[in-house]
Amino acid sequence: MTLPAHLALEIVTPDRAIVHDSVDEVQVPGSEGYFGVLPGHTPMLAMLQVGQLWYRKGSEKFYLSVAFGVAEVMPDRVIILADIAERAEEIDVDRAQSALNRAEQNMATRDHDLERARVSLLKAISRLNVAHRARTRG
Amino acid sequence: MPSLIDIRRRIRAVKSTQQITKAMKMVAAANLRRSQERMLNARPMARQIVRVLSDLAARVDPSTHPLLAQPDLSDGDQVLLIVLTADKGMCGGFNASIIRAASNYIVEHRAQEVTLGLIGRRGRDFFRRRGYPTRFELVNFTRKPCYEHAQAIAREVISAFTSRKADRVFLAYNEFKSVLQQRIVINQLLPMPKAHFDQGDPTAMVDYLYEPSPQRIFDEVLPRLVEFEIFTALLESAAAQNAAQMVAMDNATKNSGEVIDALTLTMNKVRQAAITREIIEVVSGAEAL
Repeated sequence: MTLPAHLALEIVTPDRAIVHDSVDEVQVPGSEGYFGVLPGHTPMLAMLQVGQLWYRKGSEKFYLSVAFGVAEVMPDRVIILADIAERAEEIDVDRAQSALNRAEQNMATRDHDLERARVSLLKAISRLNVAHRARTRG
Repeated sequence: MPSLIDIRRRIRAVKSTQQITKAMKMVAAANLRRSQERMLNARPMARQIVRVLSDLAARVDPSTHPLLAQPDLSDGDQVLLIVLTADKGMCGGFNASIIRAASNYIVEHRAQEVTLGLIGRRGRDFFRRRGYPTRFELVNFTRKPCYEHAQAIAREVISAFTSRKADRVFLAYNEFKSVLQQRIVINQLLPMPKAHFDQGDPTAMVDYLYEPSPQRIFDEVLPRLVEFEIFTALLESAAAQNAAQMVAMDNATKNSGEVIDALTLTMNKVRQAAITREIIEVVSGAEAL
């Protein structure tokens, strides 16, 4: 069996199909840890956590911040169904920063829902990281 | 006979009304295009989520999931009916017809205990005034629904269902059939109809690695389908609302045009009559000399 040369990557959120591209490599924030996918990967179904996703096309890497959902991996394609997905260049750094501060405060005061604060903290961190990546690269 | 000045004033009034309805029509048309686009954007997700779920359903025992348990609808059951209306009027029969359908539903299902979940100001005001039992209400987003709204509704719905406060959940909304046509649908949200999961072809199934277990993924994705169904309904309803408003405002513009024509005609007649009278007066005055 010959291995497929590329992966057809599809990232969809409820609002839109955000990525529809042919890529060489993808790294996904799975619920049990990050995993990388190259063409010819075994079929797999994984849950996502909050984190960074990147895909490589030739020598160029693209970063996204994603949160929750499922990823379906096939030898020649990857389909990501995410609740939230944002490209690095779409991220509003100021907003993410203030969300980070707010989440930290909420966690410190303790009278807030800790789990929710934790999730928003993770989201903010992931957004900031992704945005930072895009900036240092460009 | 009304005086010339009165008629002129009325024409001016109708004209300014027409300008407003014309502007509202344009705005509705622009909004309609946007909401149709959003409906299209939601399609890929809809396709994929159903595919993943039906694949999973073949692997786990779907009947064990609380959202899929199928109690029979019997007398005395509690039914939660979610009614999707708009926040504002000015859109023809859009709100009236959905409210009528919901009221009919309540009357027809008198044997069950129907509580309402009201989305949109119009429906909320109507049912609240009449004192219907209401479980939750959400307003002020029907024109531009976001996924978070759908999630909030889904949370309410799922918690009502799993805590046995509702044995069945239905969603009543305006489906966007075309610009000229909206259709009222009342869909069963929970328990989920099994038909959703019978689409997979079992022979074409792939052996996946699961991370974590299929059961846990299934449990995680299933509520998402509820969210997503609500989200699609919100989008459909928003598009239908914009379409209804566009048509209603188009009609209003046409009607005011007709009124203006009729008024102009009477105005001309009155003016003509006045002129004729004056001429007669002058002529008869000259004759008398």
